[in-house]
Amino acid sequence: MASIINIRGLTKRYASGFEALKGVDLSIEEGEIFALLGPNGAGKTTMISIICGIARPTGGEVQVAGHDIARDYRGARSAIGLVPQELSTDQFERVIDTVTFSRGLFGKPRNDAYVEKILRDLSLWDKRHSKILELSGGMKRRVMIAKALSHEPRVLFLDEPTAGVDVELRRDMWKLIGELRQTGVTIILTTHYIEEAEEMADRVGVINRGELMLVEEKTALMKKLGKKTLTIVLIDPIATLPPELADWDLSLHAEGQEIEYIFDAQAERTGVSSLLRRLGDLGLGYKDLNTRQSSLEDIFVSLVHQEKAA
Amino acid sequence: MSIQNLRAIAAIYKFELHRFRRTLLTGLLVPVITTSLYFVVFGGAIGSRMNEIDGIPYAAFIVPGLIMMSMFTESIFNASFGIYMPKFTGTIYELLSAPVSAAETIIAYVGAAATKSLIVGAIIFLTAHLFVDIQVMHPLAMVAFMVLIAVSFCLFGFILGIWAQSFEQLQVIPLLLIMPMTFLGGAFYSVHMLAEPWRTITLFNPIVYLISGFRWTFFGKGDVGIEFSLIFVAGMLALCLGIIGWMFRSGYRLKK
Ligand SMILES: Nc1ncnc2c1ncn2[C@@H]1O[C@H](COP(=O)(O)OP(=O)(O)O)[C@@H](O)[C@H]1O
Ligand SMILES: [Mg+2]
Repeated sequence: MASIINIRGLTKRYASGFEALKGVDLSIEEGEIFALLGPNGAGKTTMISIICGIARPTGGEVQVAGHDIARDYRGARSAIGLVPQELSTDQFERVIDTVTFSRGLFGKPRNDAYVEKILRDLSLWDKRHSKILELSGGMKRRVMIAKALSHEPRVLFLDEPTAGVDVELRRDMWKLIGELRQTGVTIILTTHYIEEAEEMADRVGVINRGELMLVEEKTALMKKLGKKTLTIVLIDPIATLPPELADWDLSLHAEGQEIEYIFDAQAERTGVSSLLRRLGDLGLGYKDLNTRQSSLEDIFVSLVHQEKAA
Repeated sequence: MSIQNLRAIAAIYKFELHRFRRTLLTGLLVPVITTSLYFVVFGGAIGSRMNEIDGIPYAAFIVPGLIMMSMFTESIFNASFGIYMPKFTGTIYELLSAPVSAAETIIAYVGAAATKSLIVGAIIFLTAHLFVDIQVMHPLAMVAFMVLIAVSFCLFGFILGIWAQSFEQLQVIPLLLIMPMTFLGGAFYSVHMLAEPWRTITLFNPIVYLISGFRWTFFGKGDVGIEFSLIFVAGMLALCLGIIGWMFRSGYRLKK
């Protein structure tokens, strides 16, 4: 696969002097779903804004579909559809007009059949003659997606597509993103919901305070940094953890009914069997055991912790 | 200057005219009513007691000034709102992320606003015809002058819209600067009627040259020579284009 977006040494210092991006290098493969994950204020929107032409970079270079975003902005921008974080629409316009407008703005000839297809795919067709102000927040976001897709972009940016969106719409959005990928569109989404990245992305980039901390295949990332949590449900609750268990990283939960052990699943010796033996020695009976793969959330927390410690 | 994306120009132009159409009734009624009021007050009540100015009946004399005054404010308001609103609502993201050059953006927004100004100018002209018999000496020059004025003031309005960061800032220039300058710029009187030093001071007001030039297209004479008027219009056009060019190159108040 060839890379469709190439970012080298991208920096951004706002007029206030704040350094929002501190030298980001990243390439995005054509056809993948890339999740840019990071807490609020990490620089996700800044990065997207620069790639799309809304903000100016302070330094570095970006190419989209082989076009430099500054020297050949027409080529670069023609390849991009953007759904920004904020809901901003022309409230008094009708749905179909605003989508047709977007297509024209990007220099594409009128194509009613294509616009109809997008509106149908996004369940907006019945509302095509409604004014945007009459639509719910979720429908407005769909309109923004329709606008972004109206000019048949090769890359789609979704900046926090499900922030402030109800569970049902979020599921719809995931489904939609899955379908879009089938059509070959490269999708870059930002989120601070780890669940979202975990659900959809092929690769994940973690950004924090303007620095890209890592970029990994999602599955590799989960494996590499994946910890497991073993939950031991005791028959009789205990008040405190006995000192004999100090060798393991344990914590007590559910009013003394459950012991949790976080361990590295990749390690040679996980310590699970020795822990269970020690429990037996101490006469602590258990009625259930289960293990859980840690989520990206756990991974993220540990990454940010590592950075703080360093 | 890079003009390739004609479809974008068409899309923005259409969008803007569509915006005007939503307020069509007030947009057209207001100039008709305002013009009528001016004629009742200045043309009828006061004008009947006034002598001719430079051999022109007073009611006819004020027509060019009236058209200019409305076109100044219409142009500034329409063009400034056209670009300010997307900034205000956030929809500007789409324009900034589109393969559209500065020149294309300006042609579309300024073209649409100027179209509306010209329509308003034409309506005032026709309304004035109901009150007073006017012969236009240089009709082609009149139309050309209206187009130049509409484009210049729409460019100015566009700059204002990019510069403004609040609705108040948007209104303050047309209301506190352009309106007084127009009133004092000979819209309703001839500069020759003023005593010194006011006559000389007035000549520092650029609006004088614009109104005078437009009056020339009607009556073949103005307060100042037509060549001075043309220099001022050309100067204003060049200045506005220069400022806009700089604004886009620097991303002034549009890009973060
Ligand atoms: N226009 C601006 N001027 C100054 N600082 C800004 C501006 N926009 C964003 N920032 C700052 O840059 C940082 C990154 O912001 P942003 O890219 O929006 O983060 P994210 O999208 O990851 O939440 C934040 O600390 C934010 O306060
Ligand atoms: Mg953001």
